[in-house]
Amino acid sequence: MRLQIKNIRIVDPSQNKDSVEDLFIENGKIVSNLTDAANRIVDGRGKIAVPGLIDVHAHLREPGHEGKETIKTGTRAAAKGGITTVFCMPNTKPVIDNAPTVEFILLKAQKEGAINVFPIGCATKGSNGEELSEIGVLKKAGIVAISDDGLPVSNSQIMRRTLEYTKMFKLPVISHSEDKELSRNGVMNEGRNSMILGLRGIPRQAEEVMVSRDIMLAELTRGYLHIAHVSTQGSVELVRQAKKKGINVTAETCPHYFTLTDDVVKVYDANTKMNPPLREKRDVEAIKAGLADGTIDCIATDHAPHTQEEKNREFDLTPFGIIGFETMLSLILNELVASKILSLNEAIAKITVNPAKIFNLEDRGSLKTGSIADITIIDMEYSYEFTKESIISKSKNSPFIGRKFTGGAVMTIVGGNIVYER
Amino acid sequence: MSLNRKDLLGLEHLDKKDFQTVLDSVKPFKSLFTRSVKKAPTLIGKTVVTLFYEPSTRTRTSFEIAAKRLSADVVNISVSASSVVKGESLIDTGKTLEAMKADYIIIRHSMAGTPDILARNLSASIINAGDGFHEHPTQGLLDLYTMYEKKKRIEGLKILLVGDILHSRVAKSNIWALTKMGAEVAVAGPPTLIPPQIEGLGVKVHYNLDEAIKEADVVNILRIQLERQQENLFPSVHEYVELYQLTKERLAKAKSGVMVMHPGPMNRGIEISSDVADSQNAVINEQVTNGIAVRMAVLYLLKPTKVKKNASSN
Repeated sequence: MRLQIKNIRIVDPSQNKDSVEDLFIENGKIVSNLTDAANRIVDGRGKIAVPGLIDVHAHLREPGHEGKETIKTGTRAAAKGGITTVFCMPNTKPVIDNAPTVEFILLKAQKEGAINVFPIGCATKGSNGEELSEIGVLKKAGIVAISDDGLPVSNSQIMRRTLEYTKMFKLPVISHSEDKELSRNGVMNEGRNSMILGLRGIPRQAEEVMVSRDIMLAELTRGYLHIAHVSTQGSVELVRQAKKKGINVTAETCPHYFTLTDDVVKVYDANTKMNPPLREKRDVEAIKAGLADGTIDCIATDHAPHTQEEKNREFDLTPFGIIGFETMLSLILNELVASKILSLNEAIAKITVNPAKIFNLEDRGSLKTGSIADITIIDMEYSYEFTKESIISKSKNSPFIGRKFTGGAVMTIVGGNIVYER
Repeated sequence: MSLNRKDLLGLEHLDKKDFQTVLDSVKPFKSLFTRSVKKAPTLIGKTVVTLFYEPSTRTRTSFEIAAKRLSADVVNISVSASSVVKGESLIDTGKTLEAMKADYIIIRHSMAGTPDILARNLSASIINAGDGFHEHPTQGLLDLYTMYEKKKRIEGLKILLVGDILHSRVAKSNIWALTKMGAEVAVAGPPTLIPPQIEGLGVKVHYNLDEAIKEADVVNILRIQLERQQENLFPSVHEYVELYQLTKERLAKAKSGVMVMHPGPMNRGIEISSDVADSQNAVINEQVTNGIAVRMAVLYLLKPTKVKKNASSN
């Protein structure tokens, strides 16, 4: 397959490139020129080519929870959102703490997936937080990071060992930072709104004490720590200070944390229930500041599909999480780029070159000649309303249903093949 | 006269005019109680369902009597908590009741927001009879009416709520109604039972009941839930009694005409001593009587048919 995209604005943070050129793809790679006539020529005028988006935090739910999402449906939804690579979290059933499960996911992704899927392995066996999982075996099977996401590694000694042991594999340890005692029974942010609504709150400190602990352990061990779904002002500041001290720490946040506050919980809408919970204005501002000054390295979806039946319940009983694949890019463009929190180049870096570097994905996150041809084509003029009917994900749990966007993905190319085209 | 709304989910969204409307409406219903025939034909042909996911003899019976005195047909449903845990859908239950042509659904649930969820999905009038730690609006209204009836005013009254404010649905409904009507509201209890940021609702916070009681015109004592001790929210019932029980000695420190209220059921000897509960200062039985008249007024003032289906209420 030889593909030529003509006259397209290429924005590639890995090369600091922003220029209108032709883009050539052959044998799944970016090339400087085609060896023969293109099989397809795409008119790129008015559009932007960026490296394929990398989402380092998602739940594909397969194996075990196929009613919510599968590798097939999830990767198609991701492709529609311009995502070419997704990391899937290990809280499946069974959990990803063994090589056969890793192999199953990779095989399934190869057979049915629309985009690249990289599994994340459990930090501890069964995600029980008690014994290290066979991290070396998991790495050999194909994981790109380890985490007990959904749960913290509550035992500080186990977390210390995890950070130490993983150094030899150069595997980042992704911290789901939550003190489960402080967050116990909580269903939303603790504050004025939780008091008025009569819902049990989760204080910011439930996140921050664990971010703080894990940073200290990263300092002790010189292990590689990546903080997942940062949601509070305090966490941003802790990561900022840790980076200043030279500790090996990186961080991600999710679009909902720079877009929404807990005001949207007010009508007990289950699509606003997530963990960590939506916080307050000062947290949203701090997250934006953290993105702007580089404290927060990546933006990830934390795509967490749940069925309508599960979300259509009493707020206390409904599970945490929202879907995110199909809105991530548009939220970044609307909330961060249009409002000049980040330049387009800086925003794209958060979902391409930065995650590629942190998680050691060679040949991805870049449009350099020789890189794998994972490409996202963006149309900044593309206006649409995000409707329930338009959602490709198997689950429809999004607080952004009904929102109007300007700017989004119009074509997604994975390994040189067009996997989504509007 | 009407509240111009389909549902009563809480008092947060009612304004001074709404509260005055309720206060003005209660008296004629209460006067009905003194007649030999205690019924009015107001809701004849209407069906009122009480849907209680949590046991409550007092509130359910009060609503039932109120609805019957308005000539409605009343159906009482008690849903065991276990069926919720088993996954029975609240909305499906509500839709079944609606299919049976329920005009009013009065719901009590241990989880906050359940009346709001029903109200969004049903065209029947939803009345919140207590949801989690959120609100208990008719209790708030009956407390308001009782104070208004006895003290002849609300504006300028100094009201002290004592006890477990954090988990109290009554406290929140009281705070919304009383502050909007111009009363000065204070709360007293251990810091672990007082929600952070409650000052943001215009409420004064006291930890020392002996100090706080001096100013009060009305002391509203809330029931202490003994399981809170298991949660380490206070060290022992003994210590709670020492610090926060409303005793005769404590009451003596208050103004002479201080009024004592309790939404019931009371833990005699824990949050309130028996002699105070039975004293002339206490209006606990009047609260119960007023509860029926207030609930009649609410049923009368809500307009189930005037708001289109799925309209945002509150």
